[in-house]
Order: sequence, then C-alpha cells, then structure tokens
Amino acid sequence: MKNRKAEIISNRQIAENTYEMILSHDGTELKPGQFINIKLEGFFLRRPISICDWDEKTITIIYKTVGRGTEAMKRYVSGGSIDILLPLGNGYDVSDERIGQKPIVVGGGAGVPPMFGLCRELVARGSKPLVVLGFRSSKEMFYIEKFRELGLEVAVATEDGSYGVKGFVTDVLSDSECTSFFTCGPEGMLKAMDSTMGRGISGWFSFEERMGCGFGACMGCSCETRYGSKRICKEGPVLEREEIIW
Amino acid sequence: MVGSDRTNMKVELCGITLDNPIIPASGTFGFGREFAELYDINILGTFSFKGTTGKNRFGNPTPRIAECTEGMINSVGLENPGVDGVINEELPEISKMFNKSVMANVSGFSLEEYVEVAGRLALQKQVGWIELNISCPNVHRGGMAFGTDPKEAARVTGAVKKALEAQSSDGGNKPLIVKLSPNVTDISEIAVACEIAGADGLTLINTVQGMRIDLKTGRPVIANKIGGFSGPAILPIALGMVYRTYEKVKIPIVGCGGVSCPEDVLEMMMAGATGVQVGAANLVNPWICQEIIEALPSQMKKYGIENLRDIIGGAH
Repeated sequence: MKNRKAEIISNRQIAENTYEMILSHDGTELKPGQFINIKLEGFFLRRPISICDWDEKTITIIYKTVGRGTEAMKRYVSGGSIDILLPLGNGYDVSDERIGQKPIVVGGGAGVPPMFGLCRELVARGSKPLVVLGFRSSKEMFYIEKFRELGLEVAVATEDGSYGVKGFVTDVLSDSECTSFFTCGPEGMLKAMDSTMGRGISGWFSFEERMGCGFGACMGCSCETRYGSKRICKEGPVLEREEIIW
Repeated sequence: MVGSDRTNMKVELCGITLDNPIIPASGTFGFGREFAELYDINILGTFSFKGTTGKNRFGNPTPRIAECTEGMINSVGLENPGVDGVINEELPEISKMFNKSVMANVSGFSLEEYVEVAGRLALQKQVGWIELNISCPNVHRGGMAFGTDPKEAARVTGAVKKALEAQSSDGGNKPLIVKLSPNVTDISEIAVACEIAGADGLTLINTVQGMRIDLKTGRPVIANKIGGFSGPAILPIALGMVYRTYEKVKIPIVGCGGVSCPEDVLEMMMAGATGVQVGAANLVNPWICQEIIEALPSQMKKYGIENLRDIIGGAH
C-alpha cells in the first residue's frame, strides 16, 4: 500500500448521478476488483472507490453521488490533486484455472465499474466473457459501448425497461454452458446471482461495506465466512462463492 | 530516541522507559502487522494491541462505522482472536517486527474473564503493561459496565492486581494500567477508585458514546445503533478529563482522544499525560505516528522544550 497525491486529469458526469474521474498513476501494479481510498478535504474518513480501469499512467474510477462526500467529489476539477491510498483489497485473480473458457461477468449499478477492468484483463488473457449489466433506468447507464469496444457481447437489463430487457440481470442471463461467473452490485443482486447459477459453477462476488481504514486495521468491515471472519477491505472485497454465508 | 542534540523525548511509564511517548491506541493498530509493512514500528514508544477477550469473538453486526465532523463512530464490538489466538499466533508475529515491550489491551464480560486474560497475557515476555479496558461502549454486558461505577471499577482492578501480584515469581506481575470511559459524570472519581484498588497507571479516555442517523432510511447508521465517537473532535474532552484527573491521582496517565499532530501531543502532556495514544488518526493516515515522532523535536524546539518529560502536567 502506498499514499500518493494523484493529479486529477478529468472529472465528468457520464450518467445520472454518475461521474468518471481519471487520475494520474505511477505504474503501481493493480488488479481488477481492487480499490483506492480517497481523502476529501473537509471529511474525516476516506472514501473507498473501486478501480474501473488503469494503464501505466492513469487510473479511472466511476462513482455515484450518494452522500455529502461524493457530492463534494463531483466538484473537483482537473488540474487539482487528491490524496489516495492504493492498491487496496484482494481483487479478482484472472489467472485462476477455474475461470474456464466461458465466464460470465455481471455488474449492477455502482457495481459495474470494476467489471470493466476485469473484462479488459480477461480479454487480454484470451478469454471472451459474456457481459450482463443491470441499471435502474437508461438514464443511469454508462460504459455499454466501452464494454462492446473490448469485442464483447453485452446484455443489458433495466428495472424500468427503458433499455434492453425490463427487469434484473438474472432475467437476462442463463447459466447454460458458462464455466464461471464474476459479479459486483447491490447485495440483493448478489444473492439472486447465487441462487440463479448452477451449484457446481465457480463464482467470485465483490462486496461493499462501510469501512473505517480500508487497509485492515480497524475491523470495521468484517464479515463472517465459512473460513472464519474476513475483512472486506483486506481479504475482500472479492469472496469466493463457496465461502459466502448468505 | 534523542530527536536531535538538544531534545529528549524519553518518558517513563510505570517503570519502563519509552523512547518517546507515542503509543498507537488499541483498536486502531490491530496487532501491528498492517503498519509494520509501512514503516519500522520500532520507532514507536510502544503500541497497544487489539482488545483481547477470553474467547475469540466476531463482534457486532455491520455497519460498524459512521462518519462524523472531525471524527468517526465505531461499534466493532471487540472482534479479536481470543487470548489463545493472541498468545499462539499474534505475539510470535509481533516479536518478528517489534523488539520493545507491547501494551496488552484486555477486555472481558466478567471479573473472572478479566483476571484470566490479564494474568495469561502478563506472563508473556513481550508484554510490558496490561491495559485493562473497562470502558468499551460497544458490548452489552461487561466492558463499560465495569468502568462507570467506582465500586465495580475498583473491584475488577483489585482482582486483576491481586492475580498479577500472585504470579510475581514467574515474571507475570506487569504494571496494570486501567483504561477509563468518559461516559460518566466524574471520571476522576473512577480514577481515584482504581488507584486505591492498585492500578499502576490510567488511560484516559476511551470513546465517547454517540450515534448518527441515515436520513434516507431514518434509521441509525450503525447496526448497534449507538457506538463510540473518536477523532480530533474529542481532543478537548480528553484534555479536560486528563487535566482534572491529574490533580486527583499520583499514578501516571496515558492521554488518549483525538490526538493527530505533535502539537496535540504537547497539549496532552501539559494536561498531565506521561504517554500519549494516537487512535482514529491511524485509520486515515497510517503513517501518522511516524510523522508525529519525526516532527516532535522541531515542535519541542519551537516551544523551548529540551526534555519532554519536563512538561508533564505543566499546565497546572
């Protein structure tokens, strides 16, 4: 873990209540599913935000304005800098053999961003995941084209039916012939994913929790698993399907 | 550590000399591992490890954390590996990265549990002090129940002291520091009761009870509803309590509450603290204790302080 003052390269609205911020990066190795922890002026605790994408020089994050902190964050302008801790969390292991030839990647709402970096890494390893994304409505949709530009088939569900299939991600996907799945989104969606996917299929779930430190010191975000207590910020946010206690 | 030619940061806490007064507070430093990856934690005076109970505990349901202006609320509820886990797994790990005496924070739900856990940890070579946490606001039985009544505080302090003294010949009679709750009418009354019962030192203060409500749901933010408030916002509360208690007791005080810069350390010592704990600040800036220790000599020079120990209680 390191502490950096990252330069804000851009910060723009990309959908309703949804913003994309691009930060300078020093090339530190990152994994999909990891997050950064941001110190905002005037707020005591840092804000953990998942990494959407990165290269040698930049990190892209996407955040929803859900409270006073993220409301303040949307007003940050390019040219300024923010204090970040990174990389945090375990992230997805794209080298895991259990992923197989046909993984499905499922993201819902604020859980969509980390799935982009994951898909890019999976594609780079020669795999072609099927992508299923869920949003409340077309107004909150983002990055559909970016996923397609990776050469992937993307299915979309919206709760109000304003785009794609009306309903939830589980109304779109089927587990036929898939070898594994990755998912990030609201807890209800994660639970639905677990009950929809066939028992024998390997899956990786990314969880969200209110955090104190984000690096494993305070035990603020612990959860009970079949392998004992785990810190979402340290041994998570990605948990394996078989260890999760719903 | 002698910060420069002229400044001396050494203090003595219950017969053990600390290179400097800086002590990461229990619950904000785990068992040191996460921080030892970031800097050499041997620069610390010591550190107080995560509150340990007789059996391992998962703690309270989540959410356990809420943000506040200049602070935070936690309700972790003493998640810890239990005394066996600490002795068999954590202490051997600590010995690999920390070559000084560590402060063992002990919690419990009954007098017997406090006595057992404190006694067993005091027998460990690396443990320099027992810090008896009778002030955890986040568990329903035990914890703070012992720390809000002078008679109960004296009873548990006396029982632990007696048990520690009984293992003197095995090297297990470590100094007993009692960590007090600010959630009382007069903390100095509890402090005096603990001193009379045999405490060798006191830590003031644990977190202040508080809560936040989520306007979107209309419900408390944290699952346990009310938690412990810490962070820079509580520094004045801690200073006031250390100041008042310093006038009533002879045993050393470890000041704790809202400390986040070297100036806060100086204030805490002038109020009456011998050691100074840094808590919530570690969670936001994990290098904060290193930064404070490095910056202390220049702050001492600025205020004409040669020996840090000379300012203890200086504001009285």
